[in-house]
Amino acid sequence: MHEMSICESILSILKEQSRTQGFSRVERVCLEIGPLAGVEIDALEFGFDVVMRNSLAEGAKLEVHHCPAEAWCMQCAQTVSIKQRYDACSKCGSHQLQVTSGEELRIKELEVN
Amino acid sequence: MCNVCGCGPGEVRIESDPTGKKVSDHSHQHAHSYDHDHAHDHAHEHHHHEQGHKHHEHHGHDHPHHGDGTHDYGSGPAGASVPGMSQSRMIQLEHDILAKNNTYAAANRQYFSDHGILALNLVSSPGSGKTTLLVRTIEELADGVDAYVVEGDQQTSADADRIRATGAPAIQVNTGKGCHLDGHMVGHAVDHLAPKDGGILFIENVGNLVCPASFDLGEAHKVAILSVTEGEDKPLKYPDMFAAAGVVIINKVDLLPHLDFDIDAAITNARKVNPSIKVLKVSARTGEGMDAWLQWLTAARSMVLAGHQLAVAE
Repeated sequence: MHEMSICESILSILKEQSRTQGFSRVERVCLEIGPLAGVEIDALEFGFDVVMRNSLAEGAKLEVHHCPAEAWCMQCAQTVSIKQRYDACSKCGSHQLQVTSGEELRIKELEVN
Repeated sequence: MCNVCGCGPGEVRIESDPTGKKVSDHSHQHAHSYDHDHAHDHAHEHHHHEQGHKHHEHHGHDHPHHGDGTHDYGSGPAGASVPGMSQSRMIQLEHDILAKNNTYAAANRQYFSDHGILALNLVSSPGSGKTTLLVRTIEELADGVDAYVVEGDQQTSADADRIRATGAPAIQVNTGKGCHLDGHMVGHAVDHLAPKDGGILFIENVGNLVCPASFDLGEAHKVAILSVTEGEDKPLKYPDMFAAAGVVIINKVDLLPHLDFDIDAAITNARKVNPSIKVLKVSARTGEGMDAWLQWLTAARSMVLAGHQLAVAE
């Protein structure tokens, strides 16, 4: 349950950006979260509303963009898509996979006033 | 409030100095540079034309005009100054949310590297025997190798007291509501510990296989501890942690004859998640497998010291 901490981090980034980019309200926060980032989206949405209360982002819309989880299969020498970390390669069944994407946890863009 | 862990002020406590003497409750005194919530309520309402210059090119559409002669373009959804655009704007950020923790972790890593310190982040479920393993490890470590411990728990200094009984300096970090240690708590604890160059720093994380996987502390390796009284499917249930760990210690192997735990299945599962993970079978109670673990520690320490001036001195 570190979704609350993640929301705190988001708020601190918003405050920092409001100073450097000169805005006073955040209308929408667009996140990019990979399926392997270890984040429960429902918990994040709950935490977001609570943490943003009484801040420059009170009532802001939270949008989550999911990106695919992919891994490099050493046996097939190609990128394959995976669902979980322990998935085998869908082509050859090997577990010699190097996760290449799916761990993203970042703020992609903001709509501000 | 702490940006990384979300804990409130005063909830994170670094309870004591390395000798066990009580010091004041830890207050977040260090560089929380962005914590202050200045109520900068800039009322940027775009009051155009205030200086009384001529109104021009108003092609028959309405703006809210105030009685005082100001035109307010800032209120209302259609109050845009550029046709077709709303007042709000988009900012492309691509900002890593855990960047702040990673900055603290990078500073810790640099410190450990500069001082030839092997830092290990010990992670497991509660009750896997981390503290018992640590106590035995410190007792069996070769003479001349200094061990230091950062103990993370939600509450109590019981674990740090057990470590101090071995003579090793230990700092207890109580995370309060937090479920994991973060880079910044560890940096602060290391300041208190002041480890000698060339030592080994064991960071015993909060018993939790979920969040500590995401929070880099600046360690050289994460060491996951899985005891045989848990399920052999744990690496699959908590894959993030086993993927992040360089070593898994399967602890309490002295109990294997009494249990249905399938140790080979546990190892297979760990390798599914992380094909390169090292597996050590240990009983911290009987001492079985401790030699291999101590050898691993020596090797890992040599890697840290390689190229460091301390290696030349030894």
